Amino acid sequence: MDVVTLLHLVVSNTLTYATPLIFTALAGTFSERSGVVNIGLEGIMVMGAFSSAVFNILMYPTLGTSTPWIGMLFGGLVGILFAVIHALATINFRADHIISGTVLNLAAPGLAVFLTRMIFNKGETGPIARTFGTGNIPLLHKIPFIGPILFSSILLPAYVGIALALISWFVLFKTRFGLRLRSVGEHPKAAESVGINVYFYKYSGVLISGFLGGMGGAVVAQAIQGNFGSATIAGQGFMAMAAMIFGKWNPVGAMWAALFFGFSQSLSAMSSVIPALQAIPPVFLQILPYILTIIILVGFIGKSESPHALGETYIKSE
Amino acid sequence: MKNWKSLMLLGTSALVLVACGNKDANKDAGKDNTGEGDFKITMITDTGGVDDRSFNQSSWEGVQEWVKENNLPQSSGTYIQSDAADQYIPNIQQAVNDGYDIIYAIGFLLAEPLEEVAKQHPDQHFGIVDGFVDLPNVISLGFKDHESSFLAGVAAAYTTETNHVGFIGGEKGFIIDRFETGYKAGVEWAAKKLGKEIKIDSEYAESFKDAAKGKQIAASQFSSGADVVFHASGAVGDGVFNEAKDRMQADSSKKIWVIGVDRDQEAEGEYEGGNLTLTSALKQVGQAIKLTSNDVMKGEFKGGQVVYGLKDDGVGLSRGHLSDEAWKAVEEAKKLIVDGEIEVPEFTYSQN
Repeated sequence: MDVVTLLHLVVSNTLTYATPLIFTALAGTFSERSGVVNIGLEGIMVMGAFSSAVFNILMYPTLGTSTPWIGMLFGGLVGILFAVIHALATINFRADHIISGTVLNLAAPGLAVFLTRMIFNKGETGPIARTFGTGNIPLLHKIPFIGPILFSSILLPAYVGIALALISWFVLFKTRFGLRLRSVGEHPKAAESVGINVYFYKYSGVLISGFLGGMGGAVVAQAIQGNFGSATIAGQGFMAMAAMIFGKWNPVGAMWAALFFGFSQSLSAMSSVIPALQAIPPVFLQILPYILTIIILVGFIGKSESPHALGETYIKSE
Repeated sequence: MKNWKSLMLLGTSALVLVACGNKDANKDAGKDNTGEGDFKITMITDTGGVDDRSFNQSSWEGVQEWVKENNLPQSSGTYIQSDAADQYIPNIQQAVNDGYDIIYAIGFLLAEPLEEVAKQHPDQHFGIVDGFVDLPNVISLGFKDHESSFLAGVAAAYTTETNHVGFIGGEKGFIIDRFETGYKAGVEWAAKKLGKEIKIDSEYAESFKDAAKGKQIAASQFSSGADVVFHASGAVGDGVFNEAKDRMQADSSKKIWVIGVDRDQEAEGEYEGGNLTLTSALKQVGQAIKLTSNDVMKGEFKGGQVVYGLKDDGVGLSRGHLSDEAWKAVEEAKKLIVDGEIEVPEFTYSQN
């Protein structure tokens, strides 16, 4: 295998694992920056995966090749609906964030599998009609050497995720909306004292989180798993939260963390291709992602500090 | 204090009442439908559930077919789903209490729980699929997966154009070892016949669920030149099929194939422009359950171990999209195995 093919394989395998994590880690960032802990990302992903898989199967005859993209948006919308529960519970009813999030995580798989049974009369949807597949990024794939490695026959939602990470960074750190959203997560009393509508920004954070998390689930169902069943989402939501913390609640940092997880995870799948890896017992490759994470967390990242008022219930002053 | 006590008493008695009520209701319902003395069987799934597109589902299909073939009411064949490993023993126990003529436990994960319950009920008939329990009241239904995998290997060898094939296993262990060993032996046998050398990549996902891992491993194997991949990895295979689909949708000039496992996975291989499921290594769990149930009904239940192989069609290979030449070779290999001329090795690493 030549170098270009090998590097392309490394990149595409990394993105296979990282793409859903990028979307969902961004989801977590928005929610937590507004001060609401969103441990329910896993449940939101389940709903996104379920709804997009159903959408894909039912709508493919009318929508054709664009089905997975519209399905991804649909998964995002269902994610928003599901996140409304979390927003209501934590913001209006002052429920504990962890408990509300856990409720989402417990309710989603049961609800989704129940609905799947109602629709398809079995516990999983069966193969979806059209997966994302791979494609070339226009123009960029023509760059010599880099193009064939990074931008051709690649999972396209991955680049949507990376673009979203950059946009999210801009929104959070360079716009008025972002500044206010962050201020609500740091010190809601101070924010309110200068006339910022705290509830509005908290709702924005949680609902954007629902949208991105739902899309993350939709990517799993439509790009990797190819169906929806009870095992489709198994821990990705929690991995995404880890990526968010690893990335210091910064969208671009979270993206890099997700890519790093994807890269270290993909190494153990490539021992048949990279001869040097064959000398290493597979067990070591399988624990490698966790060891690398610990080393980097301890050695290089430094203190990862959460938003100051994270998880606190804010009660509007009269 | 007194109030509390009476409240608690009331609560517990209500619970007991509800529990009893349920049981009675079930029993009555059973009687209404089946009548006195009618024959009924049940099965207990492992955590995969009856829709796992693998042996739980095949077992359940077998139970349903058996009910239909014997013109019994639907309530004569039921299943109990296990959502977690700690439910195995209670579920088996519940089936014993409900009084079935034979109770099947599906999958080797249930072997130990079944042994525990079966010891306490020596008069109850049990069956275990894909596992072994050494008790006179338990029949262990085994399958020679290595024989069907051998045929899958022959099919792969006759189909590959790059002389490079792949194997993707789930969790490493003696169950999947059979698949890998048989497959490799099949590829080698056919390669010798064809007079060429065929490279075999073999990799384990160390999971039966992680589809992303399956996709990554499949990507590695396809990229390095393999054009036929056999997976014995449960839902990890979903990722394998997806990777192959992505590749075929992007560039259909390089034909690649996936060989399915346990059930006919034809539906999983469908993509725009064709189907990439070459064939599937079949395991007729349902057939085994039907045969055993018939024996029990005739009063000829015998404990011990029955192993189904190619000889009695307990395992096999689907015709799928195999070329005539490949199918002929598969048929020939099958005949040689059935006649005992080829002895397929069973284990490589797990047992000596």
